[in-house]
Amino acid sequence: MTVDVMPKVSAGSRLWQEVRATYAFIERNLFLMRRYWGWEVAFTVYTVASSLSVMYIGKAQQADQDYLVLYLGIGTLVWSYLRSIFSIISEMIAWERWEGTIEYTMMAPVSRLTHLLGVSLFSVLYGLVRSAFLLGAIALLFDIDLAGANLAGAALVLTAGSLSFIGVGMMAAVLPLLFTERGAEMTFVLSSVLLLVSGVYYPVAVLPGWMQPAARVSPATYVLEGMRAAILDGAPVAALWPMLWPSLLIGLLTIPAGVLVFSAVERYAKRTGRLKRSG
Amino acid sequence: MFAMSVSRSQTSPADPALAVSVEGLAKRFVHRSLLRRSEPQVVTALENVTFSVERGEIFGILGANGSGKSTLVRVLSTLLIPDQGTARVFGYDVVREAGEVKRLINRVSVEASFFKRLSAMENLLYASRLYGRHGRGLRADILAVLDRLGITREQVDQPLEQFSRGMQQKVAIARAFLTSPILLLLDEPTTGLDPRSKRDVQALVHQLRSEHDATILLCTHDLDEAEALCDRIAILDRGCLVAVDTPERLKALAARPGAGAPSLEEAFLALTGRTREAELATEPG
Repeated sequence: MTVDVMPKVSAGSRLWQEVRATYAFIERNLFLMRRYWGWEVAFTVYTVASSLSVMYIGKAQQADQDYLVLYLGIGTLVWSYLRSIFSIISEMIAWERWEGTIEYTMMAPVSRLTHLLGVSLFSVLYGLVRSAFLLGAIALLFDIDLAGANLAGAALVLTAGSLSFIGVGMMAAVLPLLFTERGAEMTFVLSSVLLLVSGVYYPVAVLPGWMQPAARVSPATYVLEGMRAAILDGAPVAALWPMLWPSLLIGLLTIPAGVLVFSAVERYAKRTGRLKRSG
Repeated sequence: MFAMSVSRSQTSPADPALAVSVEGLAKRFVHRSLLRRSEPQVVTALENVTFSVERGEIFGILGANGSGKSTLVRVLSTLLIPDQGTARVFGYDVVREAGEVKRLINRVSVEASFFKRLSAMENLLYASRLYGRHGRGLRADILAVLDRLGITREQVDQPLEQFSRGMQQKVAIARAFLTSPILLLLDEPTTGLDPRSKRDVQALVHQLRSEHDATILLCTHDLDEAEALCDRIAILDRGCLVAVDTPERLKALAARPGAGAPSLEEAFLALTGRTREAELATEPG
């Protein structure tokens, strides 16, 4: 038996409340970006500098300069975008532990799905803005010909890739929940492994045989192959399908699985007393 | 040793008149070392704790450091799942109906727990939106609440890391005001504050109860604060509840023939079976 203290809210307006609560996470992260603007500038400069450095490796080659520059440019742009999504989602718990706000966020009356989707939406917006900056810098310094590129197809591949990386990020976000001290470090290691095996700067075929199966389960591999096929070869959407469906499948599997795994691990953390601030 | 004192009947956990009902609550923490093959270290935080809080009460949980106060608050906040027993907030089970419980509660803890680089306005916007508050009036409401707490317009947009601890606790109280909880959990909200800030926070607690019809559960090891604020006090010692009663009755329990009326501190020490020296020895620092 319960007391009549709960405000009467219909299912529809509760759903609307949840949708609006996603904005709380987007707005909060925008506030944090503004307050930590120095770090934002530093990270952006670092990303632009390292991406341009990699592209100049292509320009230094004797043969196929234009192809190599664009090949590496796609790698740096796509990786910068995907890594932004992955980092923001996977580090959301570690960040709140460090700030000391984790208990207040976790005891707020919003569903975990709303929480994860709010952070995911911000990560996509953030990744797009960062990539736009990088693209601007690349366009300033390199003469890139996109006349034969299938840009609509590339956008499709990137959208599918975003879904898969949101799912993988959600799965990785449980690490800081499980391991209060080392979880954030583990997510960093995971993103480093994805960088190594996904063919960001080279074809997957050059990896040792034992490493190549890892490339097949990394969603970044399909995004990079799809983006290169669309931009370098101008491949039509039908030809991009072998790269599109694995990304979509990974996203369709990992997003619900990510929410379920996160909820299960949250319950474990509540049972073992791990849901608390650190420091 | 004194017999456990419990005033008012220990009603059923689902009694609708109760803001909080806790029955047989137990929580242990097991610490295992991954590297060393040693026996796991088991800490009993709560053991068979049973009590209830009526709507509108200010109910104190008094105990030394490590007595289980914060564990109890974290269970009621849905942040910790107990090993045994049940805890209900206005009839809703904190484990099985956590979503409903979350809509009814808020908490002010010993650490202000804010994004330190964000301003009071930014932190309160975030908190308010999580509790379903939106719309044009929200910023004006935040300004009004902060103004009542003595935070000026100039300070509203300053990062909270520039605020004193007392000011940060006031913003934490503002967060509670804005989300209008009907059960407010206060976990040592005045620890470490200077006397003036402590008095301000205590006045705000009274204000919350009177203006928002809130029930307040206050965990503290400050005996004066407990006596000044609480209608009833539960004494928690090493995870066990040793007494629940009004401050006056608790003091009466510790009275000795021929001696003067005992203070709440003397009652606390007598009921927990400890000396003041032993008590000081358990406190950090």
